[in-house]
Amino acid sequence: MSEEYMKVIVFQLKEEEYGVPVKYVGSIERMQNITRVPRTPEFVKGVINLRGVVTPIIDLRERFDLETAEYTDSTRIIIVNIDDKEVGMIVDGANDVIDIPESTIEPPPEVVGSVEADYIHGVAKLDKRLLILLNLDKVLSRDELKQIQTVEGTS
Amino acid sequence: MEMNQYLEVFIDESKEHLQTMNDQLLELEKNPTELSIVQEIFRAAHTLKGMSATMGFEDLADLTHKMENVLDAVRNEQIQVDSNMLDIVFEAVEYLEEIIFDIADGGDGKKDVQDVVAKLQQIEKGEMPLEVQQNEVAATYEAAPVSEVDADSPFQNLDEFELTVLQESKDRNFQNFHVHVRLREDCLLKAARVYMVFEILEQVGEVIKSNPSVEDLEEEKFEYDFDVLLVTKEAKEDISARIMKVSEIENVEVNPFLVNQFIESKKKLRKDDAEEQESKQEKPEKAAENEKAPKAQKESKKKSVSKTIRVNIDRLDVLMNLFEELVIDRGRLEQISYELNHNDLKETVERMSRISSDLQNIILTMRMVPIEQVFNRFPRMVRQLARDLNKKVDFQVIGQETELDRTVIDEIGDPLVHLIRNALDHGIEIPEERVKKGKPEQGTLKLKAYHSGNHVYVEIEDDGQGINKEKVINKAVQNGVITREQSESMTDQQIYELIMASGFSTADKISDVSGRGVGLDVVKNTIESLGGSITIESKPGEGSLFSIQLPLTLSIISVMLVEIANERYAIPLSSIIETAIVKKEDIMHAHNKQVIDFRGKVVPLVHLKEVFEVPHDESEQDDLYSIVIVRKGEKMAGMVVDSFIGQQEIVLKSLGNYLTNVFAISGATILGNGEVALIVDTNALIK
Repeated sequence: MSEEYMKVIVFQLKEEEYGVPVKYVGSIERMQNITRVPRTPEFVKGVINLRGVVTPIIDLRERFDLETAEYTDSTRIIIVNIDDKEVGMIVDGANDVIDIPESTIEPPPEVVGSVEADYIHGVAKLDKRLLILLNLDKVLSRDELKQIQTVEGTS
Repeated sequence: MEMNQYLEVFIDESKEHLQTMNDQLLELEKNPTELSIVQEIFRAAHTLKGMSATMGFEDLADLTHKMENVLDAVRNEQIQVDSNMLDIVFEAVEYLEEIIFDIADGGDGKKDVQDVVAKLQQIEKGEMPLEVQQNEVAATYEAAPVSEVDADSPFQNLDEFELTVLQESKDRNFQNFHVHVRLREDCLLKAARVYMVFEILEQVGEVIKSNPSVEDLEEEKFEYDFDVLLVTKEAKEDISARIMKVSEIENVEVNPFLVNQFIESKKKLRKDDAEEQESKQEKPEKAAENEKAPKAQKESKKKSVSKTIRVNIDRLDVLMNLFEELVIDRGRLEQISYELNHNDLKETVERMSRISSDLQNIILTMRMVPIEQVFNRFPRMVRQLARDLNKKVDFQVIGQETELDRTVIDEIGDPLVHLIRNALDHGIEIPEERVKKGKPEQGTLKLKAYHSGNHVYVEIEDDGQGINKEKVINKAVQNGVITREQSESMTDQQIYELIMASGFSTADKISDVSGRGVGLDVVKNTIESLGGSITIESKPGEGSLFSIQLPLTLSIISVMLVEIANERYAIPLSSIIETAIVKKEDIMHAHNKQVIDFRGKVVPLVHLKEVFEVPHDESEQDDLYSIVIVRKGEKMAGMVVDSFIGQQEIVLKSLGNYLTNVFAISGATILGNGEVALIVDTNALIK
């Protein structure tokens, strides 16, 4: 038995379970005061002070165009680091770390739950659970951040 | 391995010496008859040669050596200083620079220097007869009776460098002696005696080599005898008499050391034993690094004026980061003590704040370096460019002692290069044209730096042809930067600024100096990313002035905290002129825009609440507007906020790599209560 395992952090988003590889996760934080950054897309909630580092926060529900929900006690911010980018993702809850065998990971079907296939790296089937593995590169791509830079009210 | 620890020092010092050579060569060009300048250059070259030979960079040593020969000839008035000769020496210095930068980048310092070496030799040969004569003089002296240089000589392993030093010494009326010292067998402090002997020897001359090596001697790894090769002007009797003054010395023998004979015998040896040749890797001892004794003294005197240590910039950065954390906690403490209103706590916190602001000043000044570092490389660049372009330029540098934060210094070099090139290429005219216009044949290019308030200004001024507005407009229209209609309503200032728009070049032909139009927009971007700004003034036919305004430091800034609805924003104090409270009825309208009359000027208002889309309650309306008046160059604007909180020192933090290019936000900071406040980029709000 020399099967390759991938350690992932499991989090919830609207009744579904998702996973991000542990190696990308810096920490998991409780919900805290977020400073809004003006003129950024809706899903960018703002920035927080993460132990002295100003860290941008996005709401993953809004990022995937899911219906928004009230933040609760179980709401968490997962801080991920990828390609020099440090971003916090607001999720409904995060409470598990599991090893998944690489062999159980399948490429994403055309439609998985309600999240666009583009953002999905694969799907892992574990017993009765279905775990959606995110393609962080895509989720955190800056393309959607590009905005029209016009000057208003000044001249 | 052992060399590594010296490598850094070597590179630093080499750069310093190169700089000296550069500066002095330029000086020499102005005063070709001033031999004291040659002396300076020679000294720098000599030290560099010694250092590089010690470090084993042979190409470097070789090239400096050849250069030194030429300089020596100049010094002895055998060669005239002319621009041809200077060109070649400059070229040699350039090579040296390349080699040293290569070494600094981890290279092995190898470079093909044959070309320059050949050129240098040619200059040297220009005065061959004189040197030959000298050699003859030296030769007559050598004819004196001597001890044989045989295979028993303790100095079998003289390397190229040591040999040249020995050979040269003759040319300068020094003599080479082989000093043999024997200590008494009951000598207790051998190392101390050796030290005393060396001290005496270094007073009278220069120790080229010793056998055993200096290290071994210091560690007493020898029996009772040691040999020293000495270059001196003193007579041999004097030397032995001086050494005999040291106690516990058995006897001293001083004999002339014959270099030529040595080389001869070595050549023979070489034939016999090629492998021996390989083993002459031994590095010259520390003596090689020493100047002639008086020179060394002079230098150490100079150095003792202010004691400095070299600190790795990374450590300063770490220190700065730690201090930034402290500033954040200071803010927090201040707030806590304010809330608790406890007297003792308040006093302590106040004291701490005072100390930490002193500390802040010291740390900031520690990171400050004179702009000289950047300016230094320009004179030579200008000289070269002026030559390439066939222009005559008097380059004046003013205020090079002005200090700036290290980070700014590192970034400002390239933009300045662009601007200087630009001034030379497009600004200053060719001599014939200047004469036709009734201007002096030689153009003037001024580079000036000075402090003013919280800023440093760097100005580049030329007395060239100025910016041709028509040409700029035509070009801009042609390249689609603006439309013809737009150009009609533009001010002179705006037109000049077009040359910094991307995709722009007004040179009639593209030279390799500037042109291609990629330069100036990059300059503008770099300067703005440093939190600075650039303005252009120009008078047709009289010249142009590019003025760069730079912040003194980048990481800790003073801001005014303001409140907009429930959000807090920081506005950099450097761009604020003043704050004002204005009654609603005093607000006027022009072109559908709200404006106020501020000290006789019409200032447009910017509602930050709207620009930043701050969620707020519409019904709440105040009769008074709190306004922060900010400026960008000549232009002003009034930022309407809800209330002023106060002034504070804050640490500038970036928003990270995810949120880039957020409109009108230049960064963020962490407030005393741990929350993040955004810093307003007022420049983006004034158009």
